[in-house]
Amino acid sequence: MKKIFGGPAIFLDRSDINTDEIIPAKYLTEVTKEALKPYMLEDLKLENFDPSGEKLKNARVVVSRENFGCGSSREHAPWVFEVNGVHTIIAQSYARIFRQNTFNGGMLAIELPKGDLDRLFALEKVGVVNISVDLEGQRVTATAGGKTESLGFEISPFDKALVQAGGWVEFADARY
Amino acid sequence: MGKTIAEKIFAAHLRDEPFPGTKVLDLDRVLCHEITTPVAIADLEARDKDRVFDNHKIKAVIDHVTPSKDSKTALQAKMLRDWARRHQIADFFDIGHNGVCHAIFPEKGYIRPGFTVIMGDSHTCTHGAFGAFAAGVGTTDLEVGILKGVCAFREPATIRVNLTGTLPKGVYAKDVILFVIGQIGVNGATDRVIEFRGPIIDRMSMEARMTLCNMAIEAGGTSGICMPDMTTVEYLWPFIKDEFKTPEAALAEYRQWVSDDNASYDKVLDFDLSNLAPHVTFGYKPDCVKPVADMAGTPVDQVYIGTCTNGRMEDLRQAAEILKGKRIAETVRGIVSPATPKIFSQALAEGIIQIFMDAGFCVTNPTCGACLGMSNGVLSEGEVCASTSNRNFNGRMGKGGMVHLMSPATAAATAIAGVITDARTLQEA
Repeated sequence: MKKIFGGPAIFLDRSDINTDEIIPAKYLTEVTKEALKPYMLEDLKLENFDPSGEKLKNARVVVSRENFGCGSSREHAPWVFEVNGVHTIIAQSYARIFRQNTFNGGMLAIELPKGDLDRLFALEKVGVVNISVDLEGQRVTATAGGKTESLGFEISPFDKALVQAGGWVEFADARY
Repeated sequence: MGKTIAEKIFAAHLRDEPFPGTKVLDLDRVLCHEITTPVAIADLEARDKDRVFDNHKIKAVIDHVTPSKDSKTALQAKMLRDWARRHQIADFFDIGHNGVCHAIFPEKGYIRPGFTVIMGDSHTCTHGAFGAFAAGVGTTDLEVGILKGVCAFREPATIRVNLTGTLPKGVYAKDVILFVIGQIGVNGATDRVIEFRGPIIDRMSMEARMTLCNMAIEAGGTSGICMPDMTTVEYLWPFIKDEFKTPEAALAEYRQWVSDDNASYDKVLDFDLSNLAPHVTFGYKPDCVKPVADMAGTPVDQVYIGTCTNGRMEDLRQAAEILKGKRIAETVRGIVSPATPKIFSQALAEGIIQIFMDAGFCVTNPTCGACLGMSNGVLSEGEVCASTSNRNFNGRMGKGGMVHLMSPATAAATAIAGVITDARTLQEA
């Protein structure tokens, strides 16, 4: 599946959002990624968040806080985002396995410092936030109601190469 | 500058460094179960690359939902089974021989000091108890591991946790690790290895070390790790006796992996545990921990003893010691799941299964089921489970359920009283 980085964002204002909240274990009995599609963030309890709402359905970017994706190694967590067209996650930090799984699938797990994230969260108060990502220039641009934030980000050369290769299988197969 | 055990293992397994800071390691073990492997198998087939790098270094087990509970889990088991047969995976464990992955693989002697181990399961860090670098990975890493025998890591820094003093009677490895996670926090060890050191570790059995390392991931750690010593050698001896003339010779060989005295650490934490109390979690994160006494009296609906954290022989003995001659509360459903067939047999031979049954426990076959709310003990909305497992996330054992993590001894005492109970108070009564 061709990855598209950017689009309308949904904001999950809590740290330690775990893999069971992203995709509950009872759906791990599925053997295709597509089958996970209806269950994205089904068990996440958060103020003003409705897992079956339009806002999540329209989202192409998820913005959250610290230690996003902690817990299980299940790649079903980035997959459920992938099949719903969410190919970009932006957070202050990630659990290692989730971060690796996201890059391994050719998707983006962008880290921003707290101050920059706060500016994104502030934009949400203005209206629907649209985010575009310039991977080459390592820059995230967010707009809402005429306001714009442009934020640089760091990404390791390996993670960048994974995204450009389309994922770890492609990268490893060409090299090892 | 000296090296940590993790740095030594990385150096000895380095295949490639495609970019500064990214280490691609050769793998000694790629472990597989039926939940995370089938998608990797299907993807390899779709890419016309249905091959394995080494059918002896790859091991596989059906453990999460076994026997299968429905058509979907039957398909997962079938996909793993067919693949294992197709590629003649030498060590594949199915019904009648299967057990919880992080209990059965070490029990078979597959994990050795200095090894690199991956599995599509976050609690793979358990195997660090043997002085191995063992990391949980996702399906894509697993897929590349199966195909190429390599995995990429950022070289992790190490947090050294020195545990000194003597554990009080009735305080176990589970209490130690819950306490340590409470100190480090759920992301305090992200991209780090947690090295467990000190006299408390030196005196611990391999089973207790596995309990400790099992929960390194709950602090975000890539791997838990203990130094290989005579306890490690004695555990492995039946499997390595043809390799070495004496246990001392094995120890001399394994010592090469022990962290150098002048190794550098990201952080060193010292805890004297001489006054440690039994611990339990509250809330929905594993770093939300308290002494059991502070949670005493909290009613529970179910008590679950088992899992890759605490389903081993020593754990069952500790629980049985408390349950012997007693009945569990009428309001409590007790479930015990010995982690492997070998443990089940041993528990039968020692009369421990009878003690559990006489106390009113249901004894299940070895499986992961209830721990992650997939089978064999799922909670209903609003129910509370006292569990010897490793994760208390919201909905983990069933939507709307609450999980309190604790040691087997605390779980047994809680089963008897029907409310969270410090086993030491029960014994005094």
